[in-house]
Amino acid sequence: MSERGISEHKGQTLSWLIVNGAIELTLHRDPCNEIGSATLDELELFVRALPELTRHAHALILHSTQPAGFSAGADLRELYQRSQGMEKGAAARGVREFLERIHNVMNTIDALPLTTIAAVHGVTFGGGFELALVCDIMIADRMARFCFPELRLGLIPGFGGIPRLKRDLGNAVVRDLLLTGRSFNVMKAQQVGLVSQIAAEGEALRVARATASQVGKFDRMTAAAAKKFVKPIPYEELQREIDIFCDLYAQPAVEEGLRKFVENEGPQPYLP
Amino acid sequence: MDEILNLAATHFKVPREKLTPDDDFFKTLGIDSLQALDLLTRIENHFRIELPDYELQGVSDFRTLAQRIQSRL
Repeated sequence: MSERGISEHKGQTLSWLIVNGAIELTLHRDPCNEIGSATLDELELFVRALPELTRHAHALILHSTQPAGFSAGADLRELYQRSQGMEKGAAARGVREFLERIHNVMNTIDALPLTTIAAVHGVTFGGGFELALVCDIMIADRMARFCFPELRLGLIPGFGGIPRLKRDLGNAVVRDLLLTGRSFNVMKAQQVGLVSQIAAEGEALRVARATASQVGKFDRMTAAAAKKFVKPIPYEELQREIDIFCDLYAQPAVEEGLRKFVENEGPQPYLP
Repeated sequence: MDEILNLAATHFKVPREKLTPDDDFFKTLGIDSLQALDLLTRIENHFRIELPDYELQGVSDFRTLAQRIQSRL
C-alpha cells in the first residue's frame, strides 16, 4: 500500500477513501460482497490502517456498490469447499480461527472513536447484517432487506450478530428473527428500532454523507465519550457466540445444510 | 392481481401481456431468489404489509402469491 494509499486504497473486495472528513469503506466483491477469506484479509488491512485514517476523519461510512445489496453474508461456498477433504478437527480449527479474526475486525470498528454509519440497500443478510450492526447509525434505502438465515444451515450467527442484535432490539423480536430465519424489510426494521433513517431507493449513501457532515460539526472527543457510554460492547457474549457456533459447526446437519446450499442450482437458495 | 402483475412487469422489464396469474414467476420473469426477495420488498412497500418470506414456501405462481398478500391486508 502506497503512502497516499493509507488514506486511499483500492482492493479486490473493498476500497476506502476519505471524502469530506468521512472515511468511506466501499464493498464491491461480486456478486454480493460474500465475506470469505479475501474480504477478511482486506478488512484486516483496513483495520490496520484505521489508527492513521481516524486522525483525518470524524466519521466512517460503510456501503456497497453491488446492485444486489450490502452483503449476502459469509461466503458459504468457500466455507463448504475448504472443509471438504479436511479432517474434521482441522476444519473446526479453521472455522474458529476465521471467527476470531472477523470478530477482531468487527470489535475494532464497533469501538472506533468516530461515528460509524452503515448505508445499506438490498440484501443485508447474515454476516453482512452483522457488519452493519457494528455501526452506530444504520441508514437503509427502501429496498433493504435484513435476515439472519443461519438457522437454515443448522447454525447461529457467528460474526457477533446475536449480542449486537440484543444490544439494539427487544428480545421478542430477536427471537422471531433468529428462530424463523425470515427476512424483513426496512419498514419493519425501522419499526423495531434497528434502522434510524430510511432513504429512497439508491439514496442511502447520499443520506449517510449528509449525516456524516452533520456529525462532523461537533467535538470529536465528546462524541466518542457519548458513544462509549450508550453503546457498550458485549465482549463476553461475543466470545460465547464463537464457542456456540463452533460447537454447532461440528454437527452433521451443518455440512448437509451447506452442501444443499452450495449444490442448489435452482433459483431459490436465499428463500427459506 | 393486476397490481402484482404490473409491479412485476415494470420492475423486471417484461411485457405486461406476457404475464398471467398462473405463471411460474421464477421462469417467466427469469429471476433468482435474490431478485424474488427484491420483488417481495416491492410488494410489501406497495401494499404496506409485512409478508414473511417463509410464506412464499412452495409459492411460485402469481395467483397463490396474491392469496398470501390478501391474507395480510
